Amino acid sequence: MSTESLRIVWVYPDLLSTYGDRGNMLILARRAQLRGMPVEVLEVRSDQRLPATADIYLIGGGEDGPQALGAQRLLADGGLHRAVAQGSVVFGVCAGYQLLGTSFFAKGTRCAGLELLDLSSDRGPTRAVGELAGEIDPRLGVPALSGFENHGGRTHLGQGVSPLARVTAGVGNDGATEGAWRGKLLGTYSHGPALARNPALADLLLRWATGTHQLPPLDDTWADRLRSERRAAVAAAARA
Amino acid sequence: MPLRAKVASSVSRTAAALSRAAGRGDGSVIGGWIGLKIDPDLLAHLSAGRAIALVSGTNGKTTTTRLAAAAVGVLGRVATNSFGANMPTGHTSALAKAGSTPYAVLEVDEHYLAQVLEATEPHVVALLNLSRDQLDRAKEVAMMAQLWRAALVRHAEVRVVANADDPMVVWAATPPADPARGINAPHVTWFSAGQRWHDDSWVCPECGATIQRSGEQWWCTGCPLRRPEPNWTVEDDGVLDSTGAWHKITLQLPGKVNIGNAATALAVAAEFGVRPVDAVSRLGTVTSVAGRYAQVNRDGRNIRLLLAKNPASWLEAFDMADEAPTLLSINARDPDGLDTSWLFDVDFAPLRGRQVLITGDRAYDLAVRLEVNGVPFQHVRTFDEAVRTAPPGRLEVIANYTAFQDIRAELDRVN
Repeated sequence: MSTESLRIVWVYPDLLSTYGDRGNMLILARRAQLRGMPVEVLEVRSDQRLPATADIYLIGGGEDGPQALGAQRLLADGGLHRAVAQGSVVFGVCAGYQLLGTSFFAKGTRCAGLELLDLSSDRGPTRAVGELAGEIDPRLGVPALSGFENHGGRTHLGQGVSPLARVTAGVGNDGATEGAWRGKLLGTYSHGPALARNPALADLLLRWATGTHQLPPLDDTWADRLRSERRAAVAAAARA
Repeated sequence: MPLRAKVASSVSRTAAALSRAAGRGDGSVIGGWIGLKIDPDLLAHLSAGRAIALVSGTNGKTTTTRLAAAAVGVLGRVATNSFGANMPTGHTSALAKAGSTPYAVLEVDEHYLAQVLEATEPHVVALLNLSRDQLDRAKEVAMMAQLWRAALVRHAEVRVVANADDPMVVWAATPPADPARGINAPHVTWFSAGQRWHDDSWVCPECGATIQRSGEQWWCTGCPLRRPEPNWTVEDDGVLDSTGAWHKITLQLPGKVNIGNAATALAVAAEFGVRPVDAVSRLGTVTSVAGRYAQVNRDGRNIRLLLAKNPASWLEAFDMADEAPTLLSINARDPDGLDTSWLFDVDFAPLRGRQVLITGDRAYDLAVRLEVNGVPFQHVRTFDEAVRTAPPGRLEVIANYTAFQDIRAELDRVN
């Protein structure tokens, strides 16, 4: 950690917050606090400078216009790039995932991304809407991904990143892989409060940020029930 | 009315009656569906000769429609789709069922506003608000504002009653005039009913710059879009009308938000020439709206039903609810939207200190949300179990759309 407390920045909630994205910030803060870590949470609007010294940066989903504007402002600001160079954790969701790459499509034109992840996004033939599930890269030591996706993009991964998961239901990047990660940067199409259904993923981000290999376990009864209910729903839909 | 329309209208009424008799529903959709199959122009035919108001927006449209129908009722009989069946089938059914009336006040699903404007040629259209709702299939907020705007350009003769507090609505209601192409700006009467939810209007729909807020004012930092001066405003427990006269509003419906809905209803009625002073007492006769706000006594519990469909309406429901045991029920079926992410856009903190019970298809999503929110809760499997678990006295029930309908069915389709 950079200071005595864990600093979490929610990047541009005025632009990139369409689907309950606030949830990821609340969940990370709570899971850190329950482990006795002091937490500082910052919501940085797009007309403010982005501090470069936080431990975790969260970038949420958004409509086309705000996504393009968000990418422009992040490029001009430079704070996120400096933070990444210093080893900060970045978690991007949906539009926030796409803009970490080299380019993405918004409002019919190709927009420059932040080039923090070796991937590019374009438009798919159909909008991907529904449950998203996948087996997460075993190197991350996290159980299956459970989420909901709602995006028109398709994302092509380069050599410099690994897929976050192999898709078992839904579309993700392209119907085969979902999300991407490299170092302490991770992106997913599992939109909105993705960490609500994936507490182990939240803990992975916390472990990356704190450099600890193991965190004390928490009571995840309700999240576990939610995960099994969703797993059953996905299985039932596959049989139908 | 052409013969085909007469037949369609009559068959439509019969089907609706059969549906109700069979206990299958309110009959407010099936009748219209059959009628439109026989005569696709039936809605236009049924609209001809009536002075019509349309009411649309993300939230408050069913209640505002009910209140506006009560207010316009000062002038004569009013047809209205009071069961919240707000698509063209519901409008057709409502008009067919009402027979010949001089007036109609119709609630319109925001996605269908353009189509219904076309078919009904209304005298006035009320635009309440636009916020995120059922995002897995609904149009994104800015896109919806664009659709409204394009529809108003094609119907510049309609009088608009619109919410000055919602930047998306203001932008939709003020398409630029282009006299060379015969496009006039619509006549707009602005109302201010307050807006709790701001998270869908930080970015200007006109130019993409940031929208600033200070008190009740808002303005775009990049273009001239700003809050227009309202003609009607809520003040204390009443409304200031466009002449500056204040009228006390006494409702049987709870919450400040319904004072706002009442103000809007009076502004709509005024477009037909109804004086607020003549209409205001009629608003107090509305007790519940398609089950919303209905109170039912069961096993010593006074159960009150509140519908909350999206983040903005949850904030309003918490404001309306008493400090009493509260049951929350969440589904995510087709009419609700399949995605529950919005739960994290709602701050449930106002419920701290109340006994909170949760149920519904997606109770576990809610459980995870409440845990993060620091709101203790108890999960119950059924509505009956909830009633048994709550102590005697008031039980507030806040549910989203299909969860609300399920509970309403348990209570014998209470209206």
